[in-house]
Amino acid sequence: MSLDVGTGKTTMEPCLESMKTASLPDLPYAYDALEPAISEEIMRLHHLKHHQTYVTNYNKALDHLRSALSSGDHSSVVKLQSQIKFNGGGHVNHAIFWKNLAPVHEGGGKPPQDPLSSAIDAHFGSLEELMQKMNSEGAAVQGSGWVWFGLDKELKRLVVETTANQDPLVTKGSHLVPLIGIDVWEHAYYPQYKNARAEYLKNIWTVINWKYASDIFEKHNRGLNEF
Amino acid sequence: MAASAAVTANYVLKPPPYPLDALEPHMSKQTLEFHWGKHHRAYVDNLKKQVLGSELEGKPLEHIIQNTYNNGDLLPPFNNAAQAWNHEFFWESMKPGGGGKPSGELLALLERDFTSYEKFYDEFNAAAATQFGAGWAWLAYADNKLKVVKTPNAVNPLVLGSFPLLTIDVWEHAYYLDFQNRRPDYIKTFMNNLVSCEAVSSRLEAAKAASS
Repeated sequence: MSLDVGTGKTTMEPCLESMKTASLPDLPYAYDALEPAISEEIMRLHHLKHHQTYVTNYNKALDHLRSALSSGDHSSVVKLQSQIKFNGGGHVNHAIFWKNLAPVHEGGGKPPQDPLSSAIDAHFGSLEELMQKMNSEGAAVQGSGWVWFGLDKELKRLVVETTANQDPLVTKGSHLVPLIGIDVWEHAYYPQYKNARAEYLKNIWTVINWKYASDIFEKHNRGLNEF
Repeated sequence: MAASAAVTANYVLKPPPYPLDALEPHMSKQTLEFHWGKHHRAYVDNLKKQVLGSELEGKPLEHIIQNTYNNGDLLPPFNNAAQAWNHEFFWESMKPGGGGKPSGELLALLERDFTSYEKFYDEFNAAAATQFGAGWAWLAYADNKLKVVKTPNAVNPLVLGSFPLLTIDVWEHAYYLDFQNRRPDYIKTFMNNLVSCEAVSSRLEAAKAASS
């Protein structure tokens, strides 16, 4: 924005040149590190092909957006939103997903500590009940999507939600923060589990990184009273 | 409303009209074993359980589909019913030694409505490649015209008021074992090597007869 001192009017100059492009984050562990829960073959395809494609297509969409904005082509700006949502959502969701997973020797599968642990018990009864809820909602997603364990910052409660396709959790509520997301697109499990999505969901808990979830939870709880 | 005589009631898991290895090397036996033997079978079995004891029980599949689509606010049996229908239609859209440019009336209409077979080919490919997430791409007939349609998840042209003529399943389970993430390669292989022009032509005749 710039202020025209003479007229007192502000004008919008989109800082398009400084618009950062997305890039594929490195996987925080080796491709075979999540075996036997998730095979090396899946991790390579999932990270190097699927996530990379979302990044590439998101950047292409941003490029088109840049041109459309520069030329004031508003109908193209609006038309691009679905490409941005699909591919940008794919990038955002997968970037979280890699952090949601950890090799067993780096704490994958190790149950959460307090305060998250008590909060889970308060909201779901127990960790097992939370996992069962995630599994049943994840299994019930028709088509492609995600199952999420999240924090509602506003209402101060923990939730389980699902989203379709690559819709990020925030599309279910602007106050929702993802703590754990599990990809239930078929590409997330097919080479290893085929149609047995329930088996994939059962096994993935052995490599879920509860430390990450706890860190996000605590970050949002800092300064709040009793949760 | 659209009718497709070949795919009707009786929630039966009909086998494809060829052995499970007959589409190799273009679509593997392993894919057919899982796709037909597990996925399609589950839709049929789950549909039976779902309509048991309800007013939908025993009704033709197309009746269930039309009555549970609910203008897009899908009622529970829709997914299983539509997917049971879609998959049977899909197996019958393919044949060993299939694919390539059709002839006769089908070609004439493709040339009339798309300018050329090549333009249709490109449009069908693009629809199948850009259906985000799970879904299907179709050649359909409506208002005396051929058109390419893409649909999400279990939705099919029956609920959109068109006659389906050809479909390709672009749910990842349809191609992942053979092509992994390479959906465009799967689509080309389907078009070049698997499409049953006979099935499409006979459906077109039925659609034209039903429309007149």
